[in-house]
Amino acid sequence: MASRLHIPAAPYRPGEQPDFSAISLPRAGELPRPDELAPANTTENLSYSMIRVLDDDHRAVGPWNPGLPADVLRQGLRNMMLTRLYDEHMLRMQRQGKMSFYLKCTGEEAVSVAQCMALDDGDMLFPTYRQQGLLITRGYPLPDMMCQCLSNAGDRLQGRQLPVMYSSDVHKFFTISGNLGTQFSQAVGWAMAAEYRKTGDIAAAWVGEGTTAEADFHYALTFSTVYRAPVILNVVNNQWAISTHQNVAGGDQNPFAARAIGYGIPGLRVDGNDFLAAYAATRWAAQRARTGGGPTLIELYTYRAAAHSTSDDPAKYRPANEWEHWPLGDPIERLKQHLIALGYWSEAKHGQLQAELEEMVGNTWDDAISLGTLNEGPRPPASAMFEHVYKEIPPHLVEQRRQLESAG
Amino acid sequence: MNAVINLQDNERAPRTAPEAAGPPAAASAYRKQEMRTMSMVQALNSAMEVMLEKDPGVVIFGQDVGYFGGVFRCTEGLQQKYGDDRVFDTPIAEGGIVATAIGMGVNGLRPVVEIQFADYIYPAFDQIASELARLRYRSAGQFWSPVTIRTPCGGGIRGGQTHSQTPEALFAHVCGLKTVMPSNPCDAKGLLISAIEDDDPVIFFEPKRLYNGPFDGDPDKPATSWEHHAKGQVPAGHYRAPLGKAEIVQAGDDVTILAYGTMVHVALAASKQSDINAEVIDVRTLMPLDIDTICTSVCRTGRCVIVHEATRHCGYGAELSAQVQEHCFWNLEAPIERVTGWDTPYPHAQEWAYFPGQARVSEALERISGV
Ligand SMILES: Cc1ncc(C[n+]2csc(CCOP(=O)(O)OP(=O)(O)O)c2C)c(N)n1
Repeated sequence: MASRLHIPAAPYRPGEQPDFSAISLPRAGELPRPDELAPANTTENLSYSMIRVLDDDHRAVGPWNPGLPADVLRQGLRNMMLTRLYDEHMLRMQRQGKMSFYLKCTGEEAVSVAQCMALDDGDMLFPTYRQQGLLITRGYPLPDMMCQCLSNAGDRLQGRQLPVMYSSDVHKFFTISGNLGTQFSQAVGWAMAAEYRKTGDIAAAWVGEGTTAEADFHYALTFSTVYRAPVILNVVNNQWAISTHQNVAGGDQNPFAARAIGYGIPGLRVDGNDFLAAYAATRWAAQRARTGGGPTLIELYTYRAAAHSTSDDPAKYRPANEWEHWPLGDPIERLKQHLIALGYWSEAKHGQLQAELEEMVGNTWDDAISLGTLNEGPRPPASAMFEHVYKEIPPHLVEQRRQLESAG
Repeated sequence: MNAVINLQDNERAPRTAPEAAGPPAAASAYRKQEMRTMSMVQALNSAMEVMLEKDPGVVIFGQDVGYFGGVFRCTEGLQQKYGDDRVFDTPIAEGGIVATAIGMGVNGLRPVVEIQFADYIYPAFDQIASELARLRYRSAGQFWSPVTIRTPCGGGIRGGQTHSQTPEALFAHVCGLKTVMPSNPCDAKGLLISAIEDDDPVIFFEPKRLYNGPFDGDPDKPATSWEHHAKGQVPAGHYRAPLGKAEIVQAGDDVTILAYGTMVHVALAASKQSDINAEVIDVRTLMPLDIDTICTSVCRTGRCVIVHEATRHCGYGAELSAQVQEHCFWNLEAPIERVTGWDTPYPHAQEWAYFPGQARVSEALERISGV
């Protein structure tokens, strides 16, 4: 007898031909843009549909068009290109055994770059491991990012964290946790403190769609709505949580953005590969947060084009060519074509920038590995592991450090 | 509240050095202040009031702590006095409470949260053990959060298995946390102030059977209040009891009893009952642990009984026993004894058979004195 339980399945598995024509996409420019302080339930339509700005002819259309000047658009393009090139370089180096692990965000660059550019410098970011574009956009030094991944003598985190688990207090980029979702609810507390202190800053946090099943996701929605915290809660729906399709997190029942409505929070579902849509939605939410309207939940609908990390082989669980069929395309290509259509960019300029950035990444890498790699020193001293467990090293750790040193 | 509250100086400046500690120094500091009779509940309330007054970064929240003042009344009157943006009720989500506190602490505040019963702290365990305890470490000092988590613990109140636990060992096991359990109002206030002022996260266990009076483990005796107990006399203002300093509450030569929380009173009563001249040490803070005071005593007496209310297997007594053995092996005259709750959940009807009371402590004392 067939089970009456619904066991969600992925739409396509290896060997099957992906066809996403059933995904219903509204035309760009079609959806209204409510006032930033509109009641949450008036965004219901926006949480089920999808905010899109770039149309098929590469024009920016409709009320969500943020109307960005050419230099901001070019900066966005550059940040996305650099993020992708950085990822590609680091993956190659991991394959050469220079680091233990790496994790790319290919296909999702617009999420972190556009959202970060829509925020102010004082706003605090609570990322997952897949928002390296935030650091690149905030101008965190590329060598420092590399040294973190290399756990070498230049690693500001003293070799304590897995590669890509960056942290920068100066850039207001919260230390990345390996425990999924914990930062989501912490961001709400940070935002509450900002409100209490009247600093005018807001917080933004990210989780993957798979992580929306964790309690912390719901704590964040509950606490942020109860106290009307100035926070932007982002769900990056890249379709996959390692090998598990978003359907298993409940994505086949209702969009993740629509979770917000029941909490009394506006929900915006956004074409995550549309730089302008991601920018505009974030601006809307930031404005709402800064003017006392509280939290917004944004679902960024996208596709994880690369493997989850260097630890898995996606060919084992999804069709290898799935991304090519993805109806929302490539965020970099789309912004590039938009700039070209506006007359602000050209294939030649693009090729030139690409070459410049590639060279810059390569040179930076050479500098970074001069401070060591995982296999060839220099590395942070072993005794550094006893620091920062507490503010001051307590006597029992002084003793353990002594034991380590005398054993070595 | 309109002005920008800038806490950077207050928060990030190095704190004044911890008091030289030890009962004599602390006692002289107390003597300068007006003393008041307080229950443990009042002493804790007073500690929080002192800190709300002193530091605008202190905020207090948890289930029922705001308007009502907490189910055990520890925050009574604080919302009325300091405002609902500093003392407030939360949704029933322990993980969310701690996560929120972590974020606030990262942004310059000094949150004090209440978990209504220690039995309900487990939903927050991930936020405590994986996040709060390790922020400073994993960010190499870039981020940290000075959260204090208060939680009532212990049995003897007919709470059954869901209102009686003392899970201190789970927290003492986690590196990056400090773990405290006071046994009387005077210590409770000084230790809570130290905990709030400390830049490391502190788990602060409050033995709820001691809230309104000392309890020596005999449920048939009429309840007494703190009024007639020396440690019910509490300085009215600000003072610290240092984290990492045990107190010898009764000097003796034959056996050293190590206890904390309610068990300090049980140990004192048990030692009076028997003719054994026991030194009773109130451990007070499990991490940092004052191993010097403990070992100096055990090396002198040569005998050691460890008493705690929580289960025995991998309980905090196991750590105490291991450390005493490591430091005092050549001075020990008898095996180290542990008197603890049985390795079962805390039962309801059989509460007093579970509770490690005077009789069991006395038996242990006689057993090892005879060796
Ligand atoms: C609490 C927790 N559970 C499980 C894991 C192991 N894990 C790491 S990434 C991952 C998938 C996360 O998927 P999603 O949230 O969709 O984010 P994405 O990786 O797609 O960006 C899992 C299960 C973890 N790191 N933390």
